[in-house]
Amino acid sequence: MDLVTPDVGLLFWTFVSFAILYFLLKKFAWKPILGSVNEREQSIHEALLAAEKAKNEMQNLKSDNEKILKEAKVERENMLKDAREIKAKLISEAENQAKIQASKLIESAQIAIQNEKNSAMNELKQTVVELSIGIAEKVISNELEDKNKQLKVVETMLNEASLNN
Amino acid sequence: MKNFVFLLFIFSFSASFSSTVESSENSEEFNVTDMIMHHIKDSHEFHILDWNGKGVSIPLPVILWTEQGLVTFLSSEFHHDDDAKEVVTIKGQSFVKFHEEIYYANSEPNSSGQYVLLGIDTHPTNSKPLDFSITKLVFSMFLSIILLLLIFGISARNYRKSEKGLPKGIAKFTEPLVLFIRDEVAIPNIGEKHYKKYMPYLLTLFFFIWINNLMGLIPFFPFSANLSGNIAFTAVLAAITFAITTLVGNKNYWKHIFWMPGVPVPMKLFLAPIEFMGIFIKPISLMIRLFANISAGHIIVLSLISLIFIAETVWIAPASLFFSVFISVIEILVVAIQAYIFTMLSALYIGAAMEEHEH
Repeated sequence: MDLVTPDVGLLFWTFVSFAILYFLLKKFAWKPILGSVNEREQSIHEALLAAEKAKNEMQNLKSDNEKILKEAKVERENMLKDAREIKAKLISEAENQAKIQASKLIESAQIAIQNEKNSAMNELKQTVVELSIGIAEKVISNELEDKNKQLKVVETMLNEASLNN
Repeated sequence: MKNFVFLLFIFSFSASFSSTVESSENSEEFNVTDMIMHHIKDSHEFHILDWNGKGVSIPLPVILWTEQGLVTFLSSEFHHDDDAKEVVTIKGQSFVKFHEEIYYANSEPNSSGQYVLLGIDTHPTNSKPLDFSITKLVFSMFLSIILLLLIFGISARNYRKSEKGLPKGIAKFTEPLVLFIRDEVAIPNIGEKHYKKYMPYLLTLFFFIWINNLMGLIPFFPFSANLSGNIAFTAVLAAITFAITTLVGNKNYWKHIFWMPGVPVPMKLFLAPIEFMGIFIKPISLMIRLFANISAGHIIVLSLISLIFIAETVWIAPASLFFSVFISVIEILVVAIQAYIFTMLSALYIGAAMEEHEH
């Protein structure tokens, strides 16, 4: 029965001791320990949140970059397409121009040739006339001596002249 | 280190028993029950060992509140007497010690030289002064307080010194325990909203019980006191939990005790006295659980050691040592669990008293 009969002295000292221990530990141990643990957990929590935010931002940045890249690609494609079109247009224009120029040139050349030919013909005719007149003069002067011979020469010459034409 | 503790364990017991055995040969038989009961109860002196048949012990202050005020003297005045045969006279008052209780002494001894009058159940009929002595258990309790203040004072200082509040040194060991109490005991039982207020109490309770349990397991001076296996100790702690539970109990708590909602009226009348008794049974169960578990641990270890003296042969020593070491190792686990259970149930009772019911 002694075992389960509490002693007044021990009851008293346990209570006093526990009370003192409680207040001392509360002030000098639990407050600083729990305080710094809390603070640390808070800072870890905040760091995690910040990391999550940074990750999201990175994601956004990445998608932005992709968008920009895509746009740039499209733009490049467009530019290339435009360039190609312009090139084709330029080439075809140049070709047309060249064709026109060439045809003009040919035309003018033809005209010039015709002119030259005409003038040459005229000159030839002139020369032929003069020559004919000269020859005729000589023939006449010669043939006047031999009529038959004269006639033959004229004929021959005329034939030659027409052949040369 | 383990071996060292183990050797000390053996030596301290063999030292204390050798003389007992010697004396038992020429007087009576070795009384195991007396030895064990003597060990698990409180004492006015701190027995260290027996040397050449004489006990070596540290005298502790005796503080008495008598009819004529405060009386103090050292327990060595009784000269190791525990049978009311040595009278100490101070301020005209005489005291004797009988089975670790201090009585006012009779002026004349009885037939066996005792200055007390024994009743039928061999309990003295003399009146007693109020005993506030610094006994072995109180001494042990003060020591545990010094140890706790050292351990947690240093822990707290480690935090202040370290950068970013990281635990350093001994705080690395104490922090997981503190967090365990917070995350596994306080928050689940009391709830996120209120737990902070009760953290200091639960932490103090847990470490106070645990360190005293552990100190009781160390079998040499200045430890080995069976403080947490003393009903006075557990009664005070249980009473504090009871007081907190009763003070913080909200309307719901009292309603659930006296007028249980959700059951028919006859049932309400039937449940009310049961629930009312429950208020007291809860702390009483706390008190008895800790007291019985720790005392039982001490009794088992001592009984196993005593096997040697009961069988009166040295050949049983290996077996009894093996089993006592085995039990001691289990006890290390048990004392931690008991401290945890006491704290956990305290938190549970406090939490239940504050719970907001949603009916």
